[in-house]
Amino acid sequence: MGDYLAAHFKCQSTIFAPMNIHEYQAKELFDRFQVPSPKGKVAGTPKEAYDAATWLGVKNFVVKAQVHAGGRGKGVFKNGFKGGVHLVDSADSARDIASKMLGEVLVTKQTGDEGRLVRKVMVAESVSISKELYLAILMDRESCQPVIVVSTEGGMDIEEVAEKTPEKILREYVNPLAGLQAYQVRKLCENLGLQTTARQFGRLLHSLYKLFIDCDCSMVEINPVVITTEDHVYALDAKFNFDDNALYRHPEISAMRDKEEEDPREVAAAEYDLNYIGLDGNIACLVNGAGLAMATMDIIKHYGGDPANFLDVGGGASKEQVTAAFKIILGDPNVKGILINIFGGIMDCNIIAEGVIAAAKETGLPIPLVVRLEGNNVELGKATLAASGLNIVSADTMADAAQKIVAAVA
Amino acid sequence: MSILIDENTKVLIQGITGAFGARHASLSLAYGTQVVAGVTPGKGGQKFENVVPIFDTVGHAVQETGATASAIFVPPAFAADAILEAADAGVELIVCITEGIPVMDMMRVKAMLVGSKSRLIGPNCPGLVTPGRGEKSHGGCRIGIAPGYIHKRGNVGVVSRSGTLTYEAVWQLTQLGYGQSTCVGIGGDPINGTNHRDVLEMFNNDPETEAIIMIGEIGGNAEADAARWAQKHCKKPIAGFIAGATAPPGRRMGHAGAIVGGEEDTAEAKKRILTECGIAVAETPSEMATTLLTRWGK
Repeated sequence: MGDYLAAHFKCQSTIFAPMNIHEYQAKELFDRFQVPSPKGKVAGTPKEAYDAATWLGVKNFVVKAQVHAGGRGKGVFKNGFKGGVHLVDSADSARDIASKMLGEVLVTKQTGDEGRLVRKVMVAESVSISKELYLAILMDRESCQPVIVVSTEGGMDIEEVAEKTPEKILREYVNPLAGLQAYQVRKLCENLGLQTTARQFGRLLHSLYKLFIDCDCSMVEINPVVITTEDHVYALDAKFNFDDNALYRHPEISAMRDKEEEDPREVAAAEYDLNYIGLDGNIACLVNGAGLAMATMDIIKHYGGDPANFLDVGGGASKEQVTAAFKIILGDPNVKGILINIFGGIMDCNIIAEGVIAAAKETGLPIPLVVRLEGNNVELGKATLAASGLNIVSADTMADAAQKIVAAVA
Repeated sequence: MSILIDENTKVLIQGITGAFGARHASLSLAYGTQVVAGVTPGKGGQKFENVVPIFDTVGHAVQETGATASAIFVPPAFAADAILEAADAGVELIVCITEGIPVMDMMRVKAMLVGSKSRLIGPNCPGLVTPGRGEKSHGGCRIGIAPGYIHKRGNVGVVSRSGTLTYEAVWQLTQLGYGQSTCVGIGGDPINGTNHRDVLEMFNNDPETEAIIMIGEIGGNAEADAARWAQKHCKKPIAGFIAGATAPPGRRMGHAGAIVGGEEDTAEAKKRILTECGIAVAETPSEMATTLLTRWGK
């Protein structure tokens, strides 16, 4: 995953966006860009799994649960069935395994206790592996270039490799204007000790680089790239992250978004152009601007409170947005109080105050609310809040606001 | 003096006829900034608010008006092109306000600007203000979207990735009676034109700037890099603040650049590095100005 990559490859500043895709969707992208991967098909019912296995027409299959979380192989289903990845040798057993996975909840070390509902499985050709490699391409923020990361230690926990044997991890930076050069691929193949399969690996790498650029990825990680006993090179398990800012030019990738795999509060927030990230605390905050929003969370923590979320309403703070934000915030049962912190630089604080009052009335405001307004027309804004008759506590500075909300929920 | 811009800077605005660009062009004019040209392809020959001539290309606008700085307000899909057009026209200071530009676009822009005479600020930034000497700092140079009236002309340089957090710091200073030389918002994106260190160097060389506030956040190592540079070269007192101490790892906190990836780009690590480099770190965002004044001996 990106955070391991970032932490242990010293690419601290790696960029990766939240949008993930399923393995079978990654396979679709691989096919489109001619990145070789084992034949496979997605199935939503046991019958489809049976048909997929028949269609593959090989002896050995692998049936894999499709969820956005790693550690599937060692995962356990809530129905007691063990393993989200199974090797089978007939279409009948592919169907049986699929029936034990589909509609069931898989718990892995990355899903948390609540686990993830499996809606689809992938049935793929099982290949006999002679060698496993690690390959990733990511955006490196320091150099403002894509960097290719490879290792001979494929199939392992790559963070462990980076920790114990950092010399086994190689990086190659690519000039974004020139693109990946043939010599760079030769160099990587040599360092990976590839001989008979160098040409195939090179083709895979060129194709993957094209995919990375053309699809506006922020990270693509294949662990492992396998070399089969027949000397074929395949991308086996892939993780993708895409740049959210670029999704507008990739409708086919946007369509791969699986909202069922995302926090429903975040999905709802996105519909109102709110930037929301749910956390575990009990003080909700609503702030304009990302930096100020982070700083507001920090100051709540500083005064002994625990923020329930990050929420940036952007440059403005319209009545509709504030109302939507209130609903999302109040939908979180942990929330015991709300802090609004708006620096109305250009916006009129009185208009913001009116929006807050309207939202509070519409949602009923069952919990304490502290509002800190600053900026343009702030005196009138505060007066409007005070005259509203609602239980709104006004604050002057961020410190004042944080102390008041922490006291209110204590 | 000030850095990058002053009251005589001639500014052009790319995207002056869009709602966002028009609004802030008006506010800059009202602030007393010399907005001398607008650029909107296809609208050349018209005038903005009956005063500011609009051109089809940046090249023509520069030729006719002598503008040396540009503010870019065009939508994300066209922003990379707008930056490169401004650079091609020889604009010295390009300030890209646009939020949401694809990283791949900025990666190419960054590579293409190597060796260019233009300096890029942003993207995804509030822009710059060199406050004026009039009432509520009127008469200054405002490029971007910051509220002008919160400023006051003075001797503190402010550099930050975030918009509203910059306003917070500026307002704290102004209320305490301390003005600013120039305030620079470098933007919240992972790939930007100018970083903290570049701005610190300029403040260090600016005789009017006597003290500096540097505001950073989680993600990347720009703040640490700037702090290490300052330890060796900067003669002026600096206060710092890093936002995002409570941000969970691996989540993008609004700004595309604000993600805790590794151990070194957490708020804790950055604060530690800043402190080690002799920068006074504000414990909370409410204390950015007071932390500076203490360090400055005021």
